[in-house]
Amino acid sequence: MCAKCLVMFLIYTISMNAVSAVETANIDVLRKELSEIKQAYEARISVLEERIESLEYLPQKSSALADVVVPKVSAVQEKPNDFNPSIGVVLTGTASSFSRDNDSAIPGFILGEEASLGEDGFSVGETEFNAKANIDDKFFGNYTLAVADENGSTEVELEEAWFETLALSQGLKLRGGRFFSGIAYRNQFHRHADDFVDRPLPYRVFLNGQYLDDGIQLSWLAPTDLFIEVGAEWLRGAKFPAGGSGGDGKGAWSLFGRAGGDVGVSHSWQAGLSWLSARAKDRVSADDDGFDGDVDLAIVDGVWKWAPHGNLYRTNLKLEGALFWQNQDGMFAPGGGGSLAYDEDQWGGYLEGVYQFMPQWRAGMRYARLDADDPGSAFSGTSLDTLGVSPKIYAAMLDWSNSEFSRLRLQYSRDDSDIKPVDRFYLQYIMSLGAHGAHRF
Amino acid sequence: MPTARTGFEGGKMLRFILLVSIVTSIPLPSPAALSVFACEPEWAALAREVGGGLVKVVSATTGMQDPHHIQARPSLIARIRKADFVICTGAGLESGWLPLLLRRASNPRIQPGQPGYLATTTVVSLLDRPQRLDRAEGDIHVQGNPHIQMNPHNLTAVAKVLAQRLSAIDPDNAEQYQKKLDDFLARWRSAIGRWEQTAAPLKGMTVVVQHRSWAYLNQWLGLERVATIEPKPGVPPGSGDLARLVAQMERQPADMIMYAAYQDKRGATWLSEHTGIVKVELPFTVGGSEAAQDLFGLFDDTLHKLLAVAP
Repeated sequence: MCAKCLVMFLIYTISMNAVSAVETANIDVLRKELSEIKQAYEARISVLEERIESLEYLPQKSSALADVVVPKVSAVQEKPNDFNPSIGVVLTGTASSFSRDNDSAIPGFILGEEASLGEDGFSVGETEFNAKANIDDKFFGNYTLAVADENGSTEVELEEAWFETLALSQGLKLRGGRFFSGIAYRNQFHRHADDFVDRPLPYRVFLNGQYLDDGIQLSWLAPTDLFIEVGAEWLRGAKFPAGGSGGDGKGAWSLFGRAGGDVGVSHSWQAGLSWLSARAKDRVSADDDGFDGDVDLAIVDGVWKWAPHGNLYRTNLKLEGALFWQNQDGMFAPGGGGSLAYDEDQWGGYLEGVYQFMPQWRAGMRYARLDADDPGSAFSGTSLDTLGVSPKIYAAMLDWSNSEFSRLRLQYSRDDSDIKPVDRFYLQYIMSLGAHGAHRF
Repeated sequence: MPTARTGFEGGKMLRFILLVSIVTSIPLPSPAALSVFACEPEWAALAREVGGGLVKVVSATTGMQDPHHIQARPSLIARIRKADFVICTGAGLESGWLPLLLRRASNPRIQPGQPGYLATTTVVSLLDRPQRLDRAEGDIHVQGNPHIQMNPHNLTAVAKVLAQRLSAIDPDNAEQYQKKLDDFLARWRSAIGRWEQTAAPLKGMTVVVQHRSWAYLNQWLGLERVATIEPKPGVPPGSGDLARLVAQMERQPADMIMYAAYQDKRGATWLSEHTGIVKVELPFTVGGSEAAQDLFGLFDDTLHKLLAVAP
């Protein structure tokens, strides 16, 4: 027997003796401890591995902002039209039935061309085409065309063509081009976003449905928990209630401010105050009424919304209202007649409530009225003759939306804005194609 | 004198603009904590885990709100205007309101493309990418299903990128974010191990869902979606749709009907009553149930509720 084999034998014998000396239970304990240690180390190692992985990506402090990690490469192929703006088309149309023929006149008020309530029967109304996109990292652009048949010919109206800044600091934003003025809550909404077929009566009368013009707008959003936004506009003054682009094409200006917030999780609100000062230079409006002078308009508006737990999808309620005051000071020339000095105040207001009582279904009611100072006997027979009427309209509607992109609406209005009341029934469709519309408050 | 008058008004305007610029040029005290705006509660909870006391987090929505149907409320505009960091789901989930909020915010720090903007769906691989892009398919999401938060492994991936981003915009505290991330991931990983063990009996079960909200939970737990109550995404079921579902369930019954706390439960209730298949309301996100107060609670409660009704 070799010496090496002897040593091996000795070691074997000793170790066997040692093992037999330890109880079986102890082996189990040792095994368990070993496994726990192993597990703990594995967990620590994997954390360290993660850390190394992250550190590899972690930008250096000096160039932290310049070097941001893009975690994943998209598998989507690039196409030449990838940078096309988002495009949306909105189709609207109505079938309406009026109990009387209507000349769209409202006694005591000068109306713009867009104030009328449309025609009896089938009508496609306005088709809207919108394109919008970020222009670059500093600017956003928006373009809207409205196509409508007017007096037998198809007319294209440029509704919006504006850019605005994305990256001014301190909450400032500058917008330039043609846009819907920031005054009054509903003025910035496109028609298809309305809750009723027709705009509220004061909007139709004082703002020609919706005041839009060319110019610039500067707004500032306060760095507060309460939403506070103030803004000012300087505009061309080409569109009703302004007109004629007075003041060398700088004929109107406006100021507006709004505040808003939440009350609990289920309620939210917004209130606004606006002022528009417009120069109407030889303005000719509906019925060939001429007016040359200044128009001042003040609007107080408010909207309050409720949804259980703030979950709009199932049920929600909206209340909206506004008060308008207007002063027109200048020379009034009724269709075909001579000039009359005119300086009077007019008022208007509306209140509406829309309740979504189950997904897809909404019902709403609206009341709107106007008041005008009587300008005296010199104006009898003209548009400004109030005829002792206080124009008002009651409306009720029911609408159904299959999805966010389609809506069918039934509406009944009791139009008491002229000497004789008119009953108006509407069936309307609003269909959105293409880009996802924004959920404005 | 119309011209003179307008000139005067224009002067007033200029004075107003001057006033606004003076007011806004006054430096405002910068708060110590990073202000984080999260579109959904799960990202708010994750930001709290990774940011701890270094961040002040607000969530635009709660667990009881459908994140598809949110309006750009004044309070949200005010909050996002002050945010240093925005974390949202992306992939079209917030397409009705987030772009408008970002535009109204006048806040250059959090515009898409900036380090201060993170869409979490860019971090993980999305399921259910539609074969056909057509609105006839309902309110589909072009990039795929955006409801990624119900697979905890997705949250692991998002947490890592979130820590990188927070470090990038707040480099002084980079080490702290890393430490908090390590701590979170250690706890998260051990929790995932525990969840995967307890959820083992759920594997292979068939489910009917209200909306395709559960693709990632199904992927994680091995559940199989056999039917959706909404005929098309975003379109509520009509009586015909429900009748078809009942017929389908009679041929081949599913094991359970799942819906999120914020979803309309009438379809699920009706189907459950007419088929005898058990329905279960799941939190879907943090705050979706009493027990889901943080991310750990979200998964604890989800599994607890699933196991309670599993046959």
